[in-house]
Amino acid sequence: MTRAIPRILRLLVLGAGAVVVLFPFAFMISTSLKPTSEVFSAGLALVPQTWAAGANYAKAFTRIPMGRILLNGVMVCGAIVLFQIVFALPAAYALAKLRFRGREMLFALVLLGLLVPIHAISIPLYAAARTLGLLNTLAVLIVPFTLSVFAIFLFRQFIKAIPDDLIHAARSDGLSETAIVWRIVLPNAWPAASAFAIFSVVAHWNDLYWPLIAISKTHLATPPLGLLFFRAAEVGDDYGALMAATVVITAPLVLFFLLAQRLFIEGMTMTGLKG
Amino acid sequence: MSQPAIHLRGIGKAFGATRVLEGIDLAVAPGEFIALVGPSGCGKSTLLRIAAGLESPDSGQVLLDGRDVTAVRAADRDMAMVFQSYALYPHLTARQNMALPLVMRRLGRAERLPFARLLPAVGNKLAAIGREVAMAAEMLKIAPLLDRKPAQMSGGQRQRVALGRALVRHPRAFLMDEPLSNLDAALRVHTRGEIVELHRRAGVVTLYVTHDQEEALGMADRVAVMLGGRILQVATPDAIYRDPVDVAVASFIGSPRINLLPARMASGGVAQVNGHAMAERIGAAAGDVVTLGIRPEHLRLETAAAPSRLPVRPERIEFLGAEALVHCRADGIAAGLIARMAPEAAERLRGLPTLHAHALGGALLAFDARGARVARTDVSAMVLAHAG
Repeated sequence: MTRAIPRILRLLVLGAGAVVVLFPFAFMISTSLKPTSEVFSAGLALVPQTWAAGANYAKAFTRIPMGRILLNGVMVCGAIVLFQIVFALPAAYALAKLRFRGREMLFALVLLGLLVPIHAISIPLYAAARTLGLLNTLAVLIVPFTLSVFAIFLFRQFIKAIPDDLIHAARSDGLSETAIVWRIVLPNAWPAASAFAIFSVVAHWNDLYWPLIAISKTHLATPPLGLLFFRAAEVGDDYGALMAATVVITAPLVLFFLLAQRLFIEGMTMTGLKG
Repeated sequence: MSQPAIHLRGIGKAFGATRVLEGIDLAVAPGEFIALVGPSGCGKSTLLRIAAGLESPDSGQVLLDGRDVTAVRAADRDMAMVFQSYALYPHLTARQNMALPLVMRRLGRAERLPFARLLPAVGNKLAAIGREVAMAAEMLKIAPLLDRKPAQMSGGQRQRVALGRALVRHPRAFLMDEPLSNLDAALRVHTRGEIVELHRRAGVVTLYVTHDQEEALGMADRVAVMLGGRILQVATPDAIYRDPVDVAVASFIGSPRINLLPARMASGGVAQVNGHAMAERIGAAAGDVVTLGIRPEHLRLETAAAPSRLPVRPERIEFLGAEALVHCRADGIAAGLIARMAPEAAERLRGLPTLHAHALGGALLAFDARGARVARTDVSAMVLAHAG
């Protein structure tokens, strides 16, 4: 019984936090169901008086190529995660377990790379993409992010914790360094890889900055950019339809997060302990 | 000796300013079981890793069957290593752990791709590997464990799987790095016998690193004693124990430790401890300082005094079952003296204030001031043999 009161208190605090965080989502869903006239009426009724869900969602899917935009998001995020892991894991393994001249300096450069935001290098990136003729392609959305210093750093910390004996055993069992990375290190760094995948997918699904710079064609848009095009197309500020489109592009990420939640939390605690 | 299976020649290694290995020479004959024994930090594990190709020496060469493999990487040396931590792959079952070295060796890069197993040629190779794994598992009595992952096994079971992983590929050599240190005492003694048996059946040259002299003496054909980055002596367990070349070897090998008595040479090859002539025919000049080493089982405690006996004060009797240790103090010997004898003999000494110690039949070893063994004149060899 002594722990019952703090427990109730804790639930109240967490509950209040959840309400604050979830309210915008609830409001977004609610608005997506209302006709425009009701959106601008006074009062914050969550349940619409007149239902306009059909019209709003129909607009979201017809005014812009929504299916194509969602597919773009999936392809871009998938390719980014894949390449990030393919490039970062061997680099992290080398930094963690191989001895070579200049290793500490390379690692210092990786740490330095963590400090450089995309905004600082977006103009040179844009110039390079233009020279290579990559503007308005899906490739331009992927290529700049295939090398993730954050992934290298995260994996390096994780791989450092893998016992040297395991690597030595693999070497005397006849595994090449490449085979060690994919057959031994990757399966054992799985929690780190999946945590990183979640970070990466969330970040790139929601990214508006770089697609806005590099893409001007609607059919190449990623979900947030698609939303922007949609708002521009709907001159009359049709908030019901806008929120319907927002629901549609947010839903996949929410679903993905719910499915991967356990992995995400494992990854968070793991990075907290080892990072 | 014919061509050595493993020949370590002039191996030196330093980590930064710390020299861990200096001028190591060791030739291991085909099929031989050699134990590298020494206290922790003596460089024995580093030497093993150099032999395995996991570490490269600063100087010297590693030869396998006469071929210089110093620059060959571990994966291509075909030596199987067993680790103290077992180093099983945590994400693979016991069966997959044991199969992996064979898969890596027998299947080409393309054949290791996930769907390649559907090809008949690859399927046959994998089936053969499966049969060999099953045979090795049978031999080690781990067949029921094959589908478990390491986390679901006890330390002893993991150890057997690690041995199986080494055994299954019929390597050129076994390299074992303290493989029994993480097992409990009873299992350790049991597994010791099994490793010797496996070595006998496989007939594969084995380098075995341990800090446990009992393991080294009990398992190996020859023992290499390492101290401070050097091999002090390589000899059969019997020779290491009876005929150590150095005071460090004499005091590291043997439990309880050999009794070391500081002595001064008088004329005629007589060594005196606190003025008592305890040894004769020592090959050192009068006035030299020497150390006499007497194994506990050769230290006799008598009730009667004599000029050649050292007076000692018994402190306590340690009863060990089949035998007893009598701990004594003597002037000028900080470490004290220990005599090993039958419990009844020890019981008869209980309560006596002073006893008189001497080496049984003159069975003692003499070392000079630098620790090197001092020869004894002719008759001594006979006496030693007789005393043993």
